[in-house]
Formats: sequence, C-alpha cells, structure tokens
Amino acid sequence: MADLAINGDSAIALAWKQIDPDVCAAYPITPQTIIVERFSDYVADGDVGTEFVCVESEHSALTVCTASGSAGARTFTATSSQGLAYMWEMLPITSAMRVPLVMAVANRAVSGPINIHNDHGDVMSARDTGWLSIFAENVQEAYDCAIMAPRIAEHRDVQLPILVNLDGFILTHAIERMTPLEDAVVKEFVGEYEPFMPLLDYKHPVSHGLMDGPEFYIEHKYQLVQAMENAVPVIEKVFADYEKVSGRKYNIVEEYMCKDAEYVAVVLGSAFGTMKAAVDELRAKGIKAGVCMPRVFRPWPADRLAKILDGKKAVAVMDKHLSVGAYGPMFPEVAAAMQGCKKAPKAYDFVFGLGGKDTSVKEFEGVFEMLAAGKAKAVNFMGVEE
Amino acid sequence: MSTKPIKELTNSETRLTSGHRLCAGCLESVIARQVLLSTEKPVAVASATGCFEVSTTIFPFTAWNVPWIHTAFGNGAATGAGVEAAYQALRRKGRIKEDMRFVAFGGDGATYDIGFQALSGMIERGHQLMYVCLNNEAYMNTGIQRSGATGFGASTTTSPAGSVVPGKTEYPKDLTMIIAAHDLPYAAQVSPHNWRDLIGKCEKGFECGGPAFINALSPCPRGWRFSSENGVAMAKLAVETCVWPLYEYENGKFFLTAESKRIADGVIEKKPVIEWFKAQGRYKHLLTETNAPLVAKIQAEIDRKWARLIALSKI
Repeated sequence: MADLAINGDSAIALAWKQIDPDVCAAYPITPQTIIVERFSDYVADGDVGTEFVCVESEHSALTVCTASGSAGARTFTATSSQGLAYMWEMLPITSAMRVPLVMAVANRAVSGPINIHNDHGDVMSARDTGWLSIFAENVQEAYDCAIMAPRIAEHRDVQLPILVNLDGFILTHAIERMTPLEDAVVKEFVGEYEPFMPLLDYKHPVSHGLMDGPEFYIEHKYQLVQAMENAVPVIEKVFADYEKVSGRKYNIVEEYMCKDAEYVAVVLGSAFGTMKAAVDELRAKGIKAGVCMPRVFRPWPADRLAKILDGKKAVAVMDKHLSVGAYGPMFPEVAAAMQGCKKAPKAYDFVFGLGGKDTSVKEFEGVFEMLAAGKAKAVNFMGVEE
Repeated sequence: MSTKPIKELTNSETRLTSGHRLCAGCLESVIARQVLLSTEKPVAVASATGCFEVSTTIFPFTAWNVPWIHTAFGNGAATGAGVEAAYQALRRKGRIKEDMRFVAFGGDGATYDIGFQALSGMIERGHQLMYVCLNNEAYMNTGIQRSGATGFGASTTTSPAGSVVPGKTEYPKDLTMIIAAHDLPYAAQVSPHNWRDLIGKCEKGFECGGPAFINALSPCPRGWRFSSENGVAMAKLAVETCVWPLYEYENGKFFLTAESKRIADGVIEKKPVIEWFKAQGRYKHLLTETNAPLVAKIQAEIDRKWARLIALSKI
C-alpha cells in the first residue's frame, strides 16, 4: 500500500479495519473520538463484519467487551482519561478473567481540573490492574502496535488484555506520514482467533467470573504474574515476526545513543522523539547523552533497563504523571530496576508535560545539562510558573 | 400462561442444580429455575454481583449447568449484552449455527439502583436479552440495607425503625413502569407463587426478538423477617394486596394477568395492605396505633397506583 498522511486515531481505526474484530464496544471521549468515528464509517460501509456496540458509558464499554471476549469473540475498544477512570472497576476484572482484549488509550490528563490534553495520568492509574501495556512514539508505531497487540494478548501462554498507548493530540490528531501493510498481510499476521473455553460453546458449559475466598485469590493473582512473565518471549517473537512483514524493528526497550552515554533519560511515548533531538544537540556540544523508552511498560522490563543504565553517571526518569506526595510513577520503578545494576547510577525524577504543557527540545537539553552539572534535585518539576 | 404442563416441565433439563448456598426459604433459585424452564433453546446466563451470584458460584464450585458469567455489580445488563453481541457477531460470521437465548439476573440493588443506567442502555440498544430482576426489596447480600425497591415503612439496617423515623420514608421506584416507558417489546411483573404465569411471561420474553424485562418479587425470609417456609405464601399475599400487581407490557399495551386480573374483574377480593404488614417483621412497627395514619397513607398510595394500572390496562 502507498504511504498515507494520517493521524494516530485514524491509523488505529485503519489497523482495526484490516483486522476486522468480531466485537467493538466503545463510548466517545476526546481525544479518542476519531478512532470510533472512523471505525463507525467502516461498519456503515460494510468494510468490516464487526458487531459495533455504541454503549451508554465506558463502564458498559469495558463490560460489554469483557463479556464478549469471554463469550469467544475477538474484541477491541478504545478510550481516554475519564473514560479509562470510569472503566477502572472493570480493568482488573478483565485481566483476572483472562480476556485478551485490545484497548487503545489516547493518553490524556485526568480531571481535575478538567483538561483534555496529553499526559499519562490515565494509563498510569491503570498500571496495577494486570493489563499488558505498550507505548507508541509516533503514528507509524501506533498503527504497528495496534496490529501486534492481539497477537501478544491472545497467545495461549499470555491470555491477558493489552493497552496500546498513544499520546493524545500529539499523536491522535497530528497528521504524519505512515506506511501501512496490505490488508492480506495484516490478516495473515494476526490470524484467526481461537478462544479458550468460550462461554458460547454451550455444549461444554463453563462458569466465568466466580468468587474466590482467601484460599484461591492470591493463587489466581499469581497466575497473572506468570502470564506477564510468559509475555516476554511472546512479545519478542511477535516483534521479530512483525519485522519480517513490515521491515520495522521493535524492541522491548528502545535505545537511542545509550551505549556510550554518560547520562541517560528514560521516557515514554511521543517525548522519546523530542528527547532524541535533544540528545543530538547535546552530542554536538560534546555531552554524552542518551535516551531510552520502555516500549513495553507491562511487563516492566527491569532486567533490560538495568543493563542499559548500568555504570552511567546519572539517570533522568521522565514522568508525565505525578503521584502527589511521592514521585512520578515511573521513577520508583526505574530505581527498583537499577537494583539489578552492578554500579547503579544516581537517578533523578523529572515531572513534565502535565495537562499538555509543551516541553521543548531546549528544555530536554536542560535536563541532561542539570545531570552533568550535578544540579538536579530528587524530584524536578519542569515548566512550573510559580 | 405457560404453554407446557407441569409434568413436562419437571422432566426438563436441570440448568441450575441443587447444592448452591442460598438461604433456606430463599425464592431466588425457585424463580431462576422457572425462568430457565421457559425456553428449550440453549441459553447463556449473566449475573450481577449479589446473593444469587455469590451463592451459586463460589470457586471451585458452580451450580450452573449452562454457560454463566459474572463481572461486577452495576453492569448485569451490559454483561449479558456483551455475550449477546459476541453471539450476533459469530453467528453472522458463520462460527455459531445454533439459535441461542440470553438472560441476565440482578437483584433489586443491581437493577433499580447501581445497574439502572446499564439496563436502560441495553434496552435502548435493542439487545436480544431478557433481564430478570430478583427483587427482594433491599440489599440483602450486604445485610439488608434499603434500596430504591424497598417499600415505604420497611425497617432495614440503613432505614431502621427508630423512635422518630418509622423505617423507610420513601416509596419504591416503579421500575417496571420506567422500563415500559422505554417502549421495549416485552416487560412484566411476576411472582414465584404463580409458576404458570411466570413461565408464560418468560416464554414471551425469550421469544420477543429484542430486549425483555421481568421484575420478579423474591420474598426474603432474612430481610423481611418471616419464617422460611412461608416464602411462596408471602409472594401470593403481595399480589393479593396489590402491593405487587401481576401485569405485562406487550406491543405497547398493558395487560393485567392472573390474580391481579381477577381482582380487577371483581372475581376475587383485594386484601388490605395491613395484612401484608402483619405477615413480616420488617413492618411490625407500623402495627401500633400511632402509626395507623401512616398505614392509611400507604394504603391510599397503593389504591392510587392500582387504579392507574387498571386504567392503563383499558387503553
């Protein structure tokens, strides 16, 4: 297929059209809306055979999807911000019921104050719920991740739901150049869905969503831990297979100039691109900077990060969310990962971009300059006008 | 009325087995079994969180011989809708051949209160799902707290009869009427004492081709404070006092059924509400002389609504 000029939401919808899921239930919320609008067009024009359920709330969206997945249908949804918050009750239920559904999250700040712009407050509040979680840096990656997601989630050794994150507006609404795959290539790559013990196999009746006493609850939670561990080789295989059909290589942690770097930043999402530009500028000035992005946020790639960060002079953890009264949510995770370093560097937390606050290349250069000058605080708030 | 004789029904497949952990005298399993007898087609069941859900499926046991799913409390209708949506998709794609039916159960808390929005949305969207409210008129699973279905004057743990407040001071929501206002294909009120009426209505609900709503009164010995062998008698009394009229809403019209029709036709007599109060400990504080005006007020409200229902049935 020829290259397209397309925004991130439409790219997700295009991926879904090519996959043709059985069921999609969703509720509109900015900046996810274009996904469901474009997908509705595909339904209206008969391009997909999907049962599209326009529910009355996000709580019902994820409920319909969880039940539909349990019933044996390949099921997709998408949301953002308050929508994900409203779904929250259902998030750990979906994973506990081992429903491998795919959810695109157009990352947006959570109220209040109400704010429609990008940060990672929504998805970070979902991090403890047993969902796989992957991040995209640009529109191409959002599309690619949307196609790889069902293969990862549905693998029998994994059997977990997955969040595909793309930054609100920065990716959802910005038009970029993108190379799609042919429909037939996508179809073959994703394959047929073979549900495990589906509800609709009524000749073999099963009960889904039973009550656990203390003697079984932690055992079932531990099975999720094992499924997350199993996901690592599955993700590697899916990334490798995807490279074969697309020519695009994906890694569990993406690195840029990290090998010989003295100062490394860890960042998620579209800011990875901005930080690469900052690294280029700094390298020209002789500062050995590097940046990495955990493409896969759950399962958390602690061992890989430990390897990348080992022996560096200092590390900046870039958090687009804040646990008020503590740190940004990724900082303690990186700090814990560095327990695996032989020589753990000092780590500093940088909270940036909340509620869509723009952060420039220059400001990101400043992060590395602060590290190099030993001027970083334990927690640094970027761009705050007091 | 049921299209099948009772002998035939007793030989039907057991879809909900014995050995579940509902209280002695609970009518919920009785209602559910009658509902499941109302179709011979393969059926999948969704349950909202509540007495019925926890009692029939404590891991690693299940009392269900048909596919069953539970996700959470406020979304029984959406859970059922999700299963039905999957069925529609897979049938269209040729991966399921059989004609199936779908039913969701929720208590009154899960239906009148926390799950009301999901229920309304499911009906508006037209899912082929029959939603059955197992209405025991309070949050029994958490220990008898008042709900939007609890009757005026009932003493519950969050509307206790005290020295100043005489139990619940609000009338229940008329949920069946609210659901009928959605103009869905079929809605009805039922009582487990009249299995023939209940099964006949559920047969219609299953076959109506769209969303159906069944509001089933489910007497609760613990919450209502009566002896556990009296549940069926209690259900009958609710109908005879017109506290719980039996009627259906079909193709835009209201029809009184069974005892309620016979009361309206003057064949049998309507009993005063005081008999309903006398039968249950939750209302015993209303039996004092001081509360006699309150009883009269409740009687007047029951009479008003009964007269309105009769008028509606004549349109």
